[in-house]
Amino acid sequence: MAEPVLEVKNLRVEFPTRRGTLVAVDDVSFSIAPGEVLGVVGESGAGKSMTGSAVIGLLTPPGRVAAGEIRLMGRRIDKLPYGEMRKIRGRQIGAIFQDPLTSLNPLYRIGDQLVETILTHLPMTKAEARARAIGLLKEVGIPGAEDRIDHYPHQFSGGMRQRVVIALALCCNPTLIIADEPTTALDVSIQAQIITLLKRLCAEHGCSVMLVTHDMGVIAETADRVAVMYAGRIAEIGPVRDVIKHAHHPYTRGLMGAIPTISEREGRLNQIDGAMPRLNAIPRGCAFNPRCPEVFDRCRVDRPDLMRAGGSLAACWKAEEAVNG
Amino acid sequence: MLAFILRRLFQSVIVMLAVAFVSFVMFNFVGDPVNAMVGQDTTMQDREALREKLGLNDPMPIRFARFVGNALQGNFGLSYRTAEPVGRMIAERLPATLELSLVAATFALIVGLMMGVYTGLYRNSWLSRLFMTLSLIGVSLPPFMVGILLILVFAVLLGWLPSFGRGDVVKIGGWTTGFLTVSGWKALILPAVTLGLFQMTLITRLVRAEMLEVLRTDYIKFARARGLSNRAVNFGHALKNTLVPVITITGLQLGAIIAFAIITETVFSWPGIGLLFIQSVYFADIPVMSTYLVMIGLIFVIINLIVDLLYFAVDPRLRIGGGGGH
Repeated sequence: MAEPVLEVKNLRVEFPTRRGTLVAVDDVSFSIAPGEVLGVVGESGAGKSMTGSAVIGLLTPPGRVAAGEIRLMGRRIDKLPYGEMRKIRGRQIGAIFQDPLTSLNPLYRIGDQLVETILTHLPMTKAEARARAIGLLKEVGIPGAEDRIDHYPHQFSGGMRQRVVIALALCCNPTLIIADEPTTALDVSIQAQIITLLKRLCAEHGCSVMLVTHDMGVIAETADRVAVMYAGRIAEIGPVRDVIKHAHHPYTRGLMGAIPTISEREGRLNQIDGAMPRLNAIPRGCAFNPRCPEVFDRCRVDRPDLMRAGGSLAACWKAEEAVNG
Repeated sequence: MLAFILRRLFQSVIVMLAVAFVSFVMFNFVGDPVNAMVGQDTTMQDREALREKLGLNDPMPIRFARFVGNALQGNFGLSYRTAEPVGRMIAERLPATLELSLVAATFALIVGLMMGVYTGLYRNSWLSRLFMTLSLIGVSLPPFMVGILLILVFAVLLGWLPSFGRGDVVKIGGWTTGFLTVSGWKALILPAVTLGLFQMTLITRLVRAEMLEVLRTDYIKFARARGLSNRAVNFGHALKNTLVPVITITGLQLGAIIAFAIITETVFSWPGIGLLFIQSVYFADIPVMSTYLVMIGLIFVIINLIVDLLYFAVDPRLRIGGGGGH
């Protein structure tokens, strides 16, 4: 296997607060291969966005990477000084945020925002950068790109703005895109378009994607592999097909059960009882144990690490039993 | 946009008429102008004749119309105190006040912006804390107090700067300026700092609050995620977004600076219209007072108009309607 584009090892993100330190991301490890799309899925507060922010080095203070390492193309980037990291952001790692309505500066023409990003990272003249910007806008499917480049964000609809944001993320040919809930704020009808566009463009540009979302449907459609996060840890990680068809962690199965299917139209929608624990009250043993339908004594005492379970890895004692027994 | 300007112009005219009416009322209800003009031994007939000659017996709407008509031609009557035309008295002293206000406002804006941006960016540095403490002092000390303290330190104890007057002035046409001589500039420093200090601290605190607000927004985080330099993010993307409220406050404060120059001019014996106004109050010199009122009203109205137009320059959302929003 080729060298991974992104390698995260034992990442731990902490938030010092007055009432003690909160661990938002705890011992998370994963890697993304060239051209691969890794989906990261979980409930709000599971630490998935936080993981993305840690990778681009933009954790909101006082949040900080407390342990572990992050490598981009083999180069360690979690301890880089701000100025060095800045050259990587936008150049090697592109970012797409949740809300396209607030991601663009309202006082700047979209063309200015594109050109400024291109000129920051690539040795080009202004005219060349502008030509590239127009090309990008065409690529993301903005009709009349030559005119639209001089428009302000408020003159675009939400879906169009997210296309502009994608163009901004792609404008310097990054090797990795971190897409944090890129479709959550959009109309359902637009969501599919944006996801298809993102997938196609990243394939064309040969860049890997870390797709953070809480939408299992989007993951199933887009990702090659998926990491399911719960309470700051990875509960299960593996190829999408394996995780969806043969989930080994009860939490993953719960997430799958919460997706309505047409064939079970009459049945009640499954739901996972209870709520995810707050970061300052994560239970002993497996964090999922109070909500787990298959809980047994060991789960309340020992915390399971990721272990091999079929084609994927799952952090569940049941999975260990299944393999050993 | 044209409709907007016309509407604002119309509103301005209404405001000015209201101000003119108040200042007109001063003439009629603050003492009897005839009493003020004639001696004690003038007969009742002479008084009545004068009253008729001045048109004081005409109905009020006609007198008000005449007042507005005269004011529009720059004719504000004669001062009760010196019998000079009020228009000329004001015109002679206006340059002093405008120069002082301009320097004070520029000082307040530049220093206020710099301190505001700095304290917004480096919230916890010791310099920020020092600035914020100083700004608290600036906000709470009254200007006359600041002026007297400055005089004590820089004029009396250190002897570096003059404590009163404008220094040497150069006359260019009808405009006397202190900008062209060293002593003019030296005389400007203390009054300008005194006058601008309060506005400066206000702008510092406003810019700081706005910066903190803007730096939290998604588009700033996104700008950082695009790898833009700190300078581009802080001074381009962030600062520009703080400007709309800053322009509003600075505009209003510029009016306030000109109006409140009264106190500073009194402390520093600055020969401007503020000092003229105070002297007029002692003598109940109604024409000067009412003209001053009209003029300050006009300045406020003009500044507000300019501020409204500046919004359009800064914010494209006002300038250009939505294109394809849903």
